[in-house]
Amino acid sequence: MRDEAVATEARVVVETDRDIVSARQQGRVMAAQLGFSPGSATLIATAISELARNILLYASRGEVTMRTIENNGSKGITVEARDDGPGIPQPQRALEDGFSTSGRLGLGLPGVKRLMDEFRLETAPGRGTVIVVHKWVR
Amino acid sequence: MQVPILKQGPHLIATVQSALTDADLVQLRDAIVEQVGRTRARGVIIDVTALDVVDSFATATMRDIAQMIRLRGARTVIVGIQPEVAFAMVQMGLTLEGVTTTLDLEEAIEHLGERQNGKVAR
Amino acid sequence: MTDLQTVSTDNKTTIDTTGTLTRELVAHLRENRTGLREEWLRRIFETELLTAMTREEVFAEATSVYDSYVEALETRTLEALQSYAQNLSERIIPRGVETHEVVGIVLLLRDVLARSLFAKYHANFKLLNAVLDAYEPAANSIAITVAVGFVQQRERIIREQQEAIRELSTPVLQVRERLLILPIIGVIDPHRARQLTEQLLRGIRATRAKVVVIDITGVAAMDASVANHLVQTVEAARLLGAMVIVTGLSPEIAQTLVNIGVDLGKMNTVGDLQGGIEEAERLLGYKVVLSAEPAREG
Repeated sequence: MRDEAVATEARVVVETDRDIVSARQQGRVMAAQLGFSPGSATLIATAISELARNILLYASRGEVTMRTIENNGSKGITVEARDDGPGIPQPQRALEDGFSTSGRLGLGLPGVKRLMDEFRLETAPGRGTVIVVHKWVR
Repeated sequence: MQVPILKQGPHLIATVQSALTDADLVQLRDAIVEQVGRTRARGVIIDVTALDVVDSFATATMRDIAQMIRLRGARTVIVGIQPEVAFAMVQMGLTLEGVTTTLDLEEAIEHLGERQNGKVAR
Repeated sequence: MTDLQTVSTDNKTTIDTTGTLTRELVAHLRENRTGLREEWLRRIFETELLTAMTREEVFAEATSVYDSYVEALETRTLEALQSYAQNLSERIIPRGVETHEVVGIVLLLRDVLARSLFAKYHANFKLLNAVLDAYEPAANSIAITVAVGFVQQRERIIREQQEAIRELSTPVLQVRERLLILPIIGVIDPHRARQLTEQLLRGIRATRAKVVVIDITGVAAMDASVANHLVQTVEAARLLGAMVIVTGLSPEIAQTLVNIGVDLGKMNTVGDLQGGIEEAERLLGYKVVLSAEPAREG
């Protein structure tokens, strides 16, 4: 059905702010190939941007991996943001929606959760953090 | 990636051409603040039509710019946020409260002109 | 695998007997295929079913249906029939064939075949009963399978058509220059809400609208997630430089908004759509009038 092969995995090492841009642009390309609408592709790119920046800010180094996923004929994208940083203290609090009037929303995780269909967070003090999100093509 | 900043009458117009890294955003902020101080510009228009993603850092930087130049008596207008970008921003809960946003340059200049004359445009 | 035998509840004959009888009746239905099919077609035309199709089309489909029917009786499984029914439905639904017609012709075939069995076994009442015991449950499952398959296909096609219409239709109306109205009617689910928001934002950009009136008079109730969506739509429109006026806010929906933490004082609301449009015009005209005034410091 498609002429070009759909890239099934892309991995970006996040060490500089340029990597944040690179990760989200690759995410956008993969989303477009999967058939996500431009609006949804923007949501995915924005979520990737936030996840990648968190890696940079709190762990200095990590990686973002994007993969295509399939389930019962539905296609989607999964993004995994992984680092070996200090971990997120009080992860439950980090997932709460703080009513903030400033542009800064801490880790921005509640926002990322809203943009995506599924969200999983694994973190432990001193043992790094893994965040996995899925979004399905409607 | 440097963002070109042009002077047009009493205003500065910064036109973003492509994706901005965090460092680019900081550089833009500093450049605008410096130029407002130097030229005594009354308004700054930041054209973000070319931005395909506006995340929390970009939003925070734009608010910082607005706050910092307000201290020097200048107004900020953000121009050209794309529909998909606006949608992503509100879903993420990112607001540009306190910063004026318009669809295009013409609106922005008109708005700044009115503000100069003491009218409340919104 | 759906086995016809499991559907028959009162079948007291042994499996062997049923098997033998089934084979016998299937053989009979095959031998008399031409005659029975003609009889069936006659009845279809007599009761004026499938009028959307030509006689040739009905004949062709009838042949396939007859053969699938008998095969289902023979194999005592419904898979092949199900997929045939789905296939058939996909073809005839766009032609305008309705549910009662499909159910009708299947029942007619059932009757025609049953009559033929009466004719053959009428001399031996006990044997006739045994044959009917083998035939009836199977014939009923077949009728149900075909009917249900048709209805499911119909519902699926209708859903797809509705979705397509929604995507094509522009609910965003431009009534004046720089003024858009988005009337929302009926039940809104989160998916529809998102669609409306995207259409509105694209409309704002395309028409360079400065004011948008979102009328929710026609919305009976809104759950928290859709109410949230309304708030997000207002905020997103603002990012595109447009002001939003919400009209037709019922007390119930106002309460929902308050419950999710919205400060109604900050939202520009007007009682009805007409009032909203007037307010919008005022906002749009406001700028023009004041620009003529001499400049003031401040």
